[in-house]
Amino acid sequence: MQETAWQVSLVLMSLIAFGVVYVAINSGKREEDYGPLVKSAYGFRTKLFWAVALLFFPAMIYNLVGLPLPYSESRADSKLGPAQVINVIGHMWYWEMDRDQVEVGQPVEIRITSADVNHGFGIYDTDLRLVAQAQAMPHYTNVIYHTFKKEGIYKVLCMEYCGVAHHNMMTEIKVGKS
Amino acid sequence: MASYTYTPVPDTGAKAGVLAYLVVSAVVLLLMMVFGLLMRLEQAQITSIGGLWFYKIMTLHGAGMVGIVALAGAAIMWHFLRLYVDLSNGIFMANLALFLIGVVMILASVLLGDFHAAWTFLFPLPGNSMGLWSTGAAALFMGGLLVIGVGFVLLHLDIARAIIVRYGGLGRGLGWPQLFGHDDGNAPPPTVVASTMVTIVNLVGLVVGASILVMMLVNLYVPSFEIDPLLAKGMIYFFGHVFINAVIYMAVIAVYEILPRYTQRPWKSNKVFLASWTASTIMVMFIFPHHLLMDYAYPKWFLIVGHIIGYLNTFPILIVTGYGAMMIVYRSGIRWDMCSRLLFVSLFGWAVGAMPAFIDGTITVNYVMHNTLWVPGHFHTYLLLGMVAMVFGFMYYLGKPNENAKDSPIDVAAFWAFVIGTMGFTMSFLYSGKISVPRRYAEHLPEWVPYDRLASYFVMLLLAAVLVFIFRFFSRLGFAGRDYQRASQARSLAAT
Ligand SMILES: [Cu+2]
Repeated sequence: MQETAWQVSLVLMSLIAFGVVYVAINSGKREEDYGPLVKSAYGFRTKLFWAVALLFFPAMIYNLVGLPLPYSESRADSKLGPAQVINVIGHMWYWEMDRDQVEVGQPVEIRITSADVNHGFGIYDTDLRLVAQAQAMPHYTNVIYHTFKKEGIYKVLCMEYCGVAHHNMMTEIKVGKS
Repeated sequence: MASYTYTPVPDTGAKAGVLAYLVVSAVVLLLMMVFGLLMRLEQAQITSIGGLWFYKIMTLHGAGMVGIVALAGAAIMWHFLRLYVDLSNGIFMANLALFLIGVVMILASVLLGDFHAAWTFLFPLPGNSMGLWSTGAAALFMGGLLVIGVGFVLLHLDIARAIIVRYGGLGRGLGWPQLFGHDDGNAPPPTVVASTMVTIVNLVGLVVGASILVMMLVNLYVPSFEIDPLLAKGMIYFFGHVFINAVIYMAVIAVYEILPRYTQRPWKSNKVFLASWTASTIMVMFIFPHHLLMDYAYPKWFLIVGHIIGYLNTFPILIVTGYGAMMIVYRSGIRWDMCSRLLFVSLFGWAVGAMPAFIDGTITVNYVMHNTLWVPGHFHTYLLLGMVAMVFGFMYYLGKPNENAKDSPIDVAAFWAFVIGTMGFTMSFLYSGKISVPRRYAEHLPEWVPYDRLASYFVMLLLAAVLVFIFRFFSRLGFAGRDYQRASQARSLAAT
């Protein structure tokens, strides 16, 4: 997902850069008659508008409907057996988890809350890539459904600034075979 | 829309108040940038000031930057809006005074009181310091923000009053009669439309911000007065998002006013322009849920609205303003000087920064990129290369000694250093976000440090450029107050 976001961003940013450079290069010689220029530019803008709409509207719908929301239950495949539940409480500045070992390939239900201030529960895979996160907020429980696909030791990092030891607020989830 | 003749507005010098705003802005901006560099150097493991100082500096950098760009944006808006409506100089100066009082309170809270709960002051963090700061320090910080907010409320009330007096209502300020009825060509100028929009959204945003600040101040001393943390977060992000967005909409007035003078081509308030500003007035107030996509406790529809508006909000003003500026410059024979360069590149920076922003607003992307460096990556792009570039463009404009004055090679070099420094530094932020580096970390894992090092060098380049910009502005303050023609017209026009 991060790779896709990065590449799509780069493409869009390059398109804008191309447009701006094109205009800058063609800015030196003056076209005295502005009326016709404006007319054709407005025409192009309308086309651009529809192109953008036709490209992004489906993308927006696809991201909402085509994919289940990452944290919705449907994402956890219930055929694979009952979810393994981890209850998480964030504290300044450590994580309290009632279990830190889960089975690979089996859905995990992670219920996250906080005992004091806001924290963020972010799960990093063995390549140190963020695979799931939720806010750890006092009085509320946010639930993540996640199926770990690879064995190994996953890191948990705090994603919401919570005070002076925020960057040290780390723990681990061990993912293995039963 | 028959002919496209340009009727120039007389080019007035800046009032002393505007110059005072800009001088304060330049000094604080520079200081906040130095703080930014210090944070990058710390993450790059070049310095070791430790977590406490890192987070204190981070708190100052966040609050200071939001405040100072608002001050600079207000200077631009006020300078040009004054050409059309009758604004109160006293209230303008009162805002500056309240701002400075607020700044002193915040500095004291952080530097003397060790307060470091970040500008976001997420409830209940300011009251839960684990003994690292006192209740008084937290109250001083939030009180400082409140004082600054009161100043801006006064300023916006005066602007609203002036627009209502001149145009007969805020809807008229947005050009609604022309938008929804027959376009008689008498819609208010772009400066008035933008100022009306900013005033509406900021008054709403500031009232919400002040409400949560007061609630949290009460809670600090009367803990039995309970606040719902989810509500508090929603209110803080509503206020923060509206306020920082409004800053760009204030500064873009420089583009609307100055580029037409260089190109002798008018910037029209036509129906598309008016529609996009009205759309943004509404959408800016509904876009903040994209900060809350990881709070699943919110109803699902609310998060979906955040996702949809995130997509919709990106385009109207950009297509209208960004594209409009391109139309004005294309084959205009524009003479590139520091002002026109900076204003032109600011639209690039704004548009380019908006791309990773709206991509982050996609729920599935946000799930793995929220609160990573991707987020500061995108807003540093459109604030620094967008909004701040507009401010420096405006400063060069005011200080330009005469219409045909040439820029020194040092200024031109500084321009390119600014562009390259900003892009290098923000791309390293974005790349760090892509590899999942969390934001707001005093210490980075070894895997992340190379990108912090690279970023630090780009920040130094950027700082060098900003020093040139600021030095040049200060040395030309004498010119900035006088009335004379500043914009260089196209050569073909100048010849006739
Ligand atoms: Cu934290």
